[in-house]
Amino acid sequence: MNLGTAWIIASKDLKSVRRKKSIFIGVILFPLLLAFLFPAVIALESRNGGIPASFLPELLNAFSFFFVIAVSTLPTAIASYSIVGEKVEKSLEPLLATPTTDREILLGKSIAAFLPPILATYASAVIYMVLIDYLTYPTLGYLNYPNVSIGIILLLVIPLTEILSIEASVIFSSRVNDVRAANQLGGLMFIPFMIIYLASELGVITLNNDNLLIIAGALLLADAALFYFSSATFRREEILTKWT
Amino acid sequence: MTRMIDAENLTKKFGGLTAVDNLTLHVDDGEVFGFLGPNGAGKTTTVRMLCCLISKTSGTAKVAGYDVGNEADAIKIRGLIGFVPDNVGLYEDLTAYENLDYYGKLYKVSEPQRKENIQRFLTLLGLWEKRDVAAGTFSKGMKQKLAIARALIHDPEILFMDEPTANLDPESAKTVREFILELKHQKKTIFLNTHNLDEAQRICSRIAILNTKLMAIGTPEELEHLTGARRTVIQLEQVTAAVLNALEKLSLGKIVQDGSKLTVETANPIKENPGIVQAVVEAGGRVQSVSVSSSSLEDAYLKLVREQK
Repeated sequence: MNLGTAWIIASKDLKSVRRKKSIFIGVILFPLLLAFLFPAVIALESRNGGIPASFLPELLNAFSFFFVIAVSTLPTAIASYSIVGEKVEKSLEPLLATPTTDREILLGKSIAAFLPPILATYASAVIYMVLIDYLTYPTLGYLNYPNVSIGIILLLVIPLTEILSIEASVIFSSRVNDVRAANQLGGLMFIPFMIIYLASELGVITLNNDNLLIIAGALLLADAALFYFSSATFRREEILTKWT
Repeated sequence: MTRMIDAENLTKKFGGLTAVDNLTLHVDDGEVFGFLGPNGAGKTTTVRMLCCLISKTSGTAKVAGYDVGNEADAIKIRGLIGFVPDNVGLYEDLTAYENLDYYGKLYKVSEPQRKENIQRFLTLLGLWEKRDVAAGTFSKGMKQKLAIARALIHDPEILFMDEPTANLDPESAKTVREFILELKHQKKTIFLNTHNLDEAQRICSRIAILNTKLMAIGTPEELEHLTGARRTVIQLEQVTAAVLNALEKLSLGKIVQDGSKLTVETANPIKENPGIVQAVVEAGGRVQSVSVSSSSLEDAYLKLVREQK
């Protein structure tokens, strides 16, 4: 596999995505909103006496998990556009006729779907951490971020969640003929992560470092399983003869 | 002469459906080869097999000397061919220049060569002035020309074209045909899928007629003679029942009336025309003109396709 070829495909898709303002803004806006929303909640609460220091670290962990929920759906907008969009516009066939391998095309499209959400999420997470530290330092007496928990979330859980979302989008893309339908199906990816979050809120699990590592491990296994299915789906012959 | 395409008993089945059945043909270097057939005849499936886009079920095929069906050769074949699909499949949000530049990169054309080729083909096809315009704003004809330029960006050894003039207005279709003829003069090997018989006759040096199976193959002239039928066309002042009765008594081929014109199928017009004219005149017909026309490629095509049904 030639990584240079995959990058050529990714660069073209990134250029197209930049020109599709609705997709581009959507990908940036959601994590950015989270970066300001949670510090705003803390700021508002501080006017009403503030959140007790003993409760803050657990609450901030829960807030951080929202970045995972965000990236579970963000790449689907790009992946749907770059795969289903090309399928609808019939631009996949000439691409498949070039001396590229199926894996290079799949990798290129995956990189294009991976980069904007992760960059937007990381940038938003930095803003979020700075604001939270500024707002909670007087209560906690120490800087809550960066910590191991956010490290696991940003460096393990978020990339693995994004990969899962992209792989699922590839599989969904073979079954639908409409970018919006692919988007809606991809949007369902937030459900398992929302369940985890609600379970933490209900006290069924805690989002501590051990459990975050277990979640990362489960995601790794799911990624490996979906990689097998998405690679089997993204084959020239399948695309040209079986994709609906 | 080098064989650029060599297929032997090439077969493609989709489940229980046979799309292409034991196709044997070859295309020589520099030849424009027409591939005719009705919808669903297996033309696109054949092109997709030869371009290594889909696998073959059985048989063998070589393109530019490389084996179709061999994984390693497939990449080499795709690097040596240019492909114009029936749907142009351009990136509508990219400019004409960006579309070609992207494909040039995928075909690993060096940057200076890419720039030179993009300018050359866009100029040749009358699109250079529109190079920075998004392809989505182009007319159908301009998009088709851009798709052809895209297929030529790496100077391929063989160009596969799938219905390149379908859905184009007559003027755009003419421009595309003229460009294909230009490529023919440059001795480019072209495999042209079409169901435009006139186009095939004018452009192609040899033609194959496919209807899942290969029905016929040869030069346009050779195919025209396949039906064996020739026609005598008689222009009369008026066609009467007496004239028609007189002709029917001669036991000729099919007689078709079109207003005051009669077309009579004859096996040997030189021998039969004097008798035909005599019968018409004796029946009171006033003959304005008599001419002989050969069967056309269309006749041959329709005969072969109908016979198979």
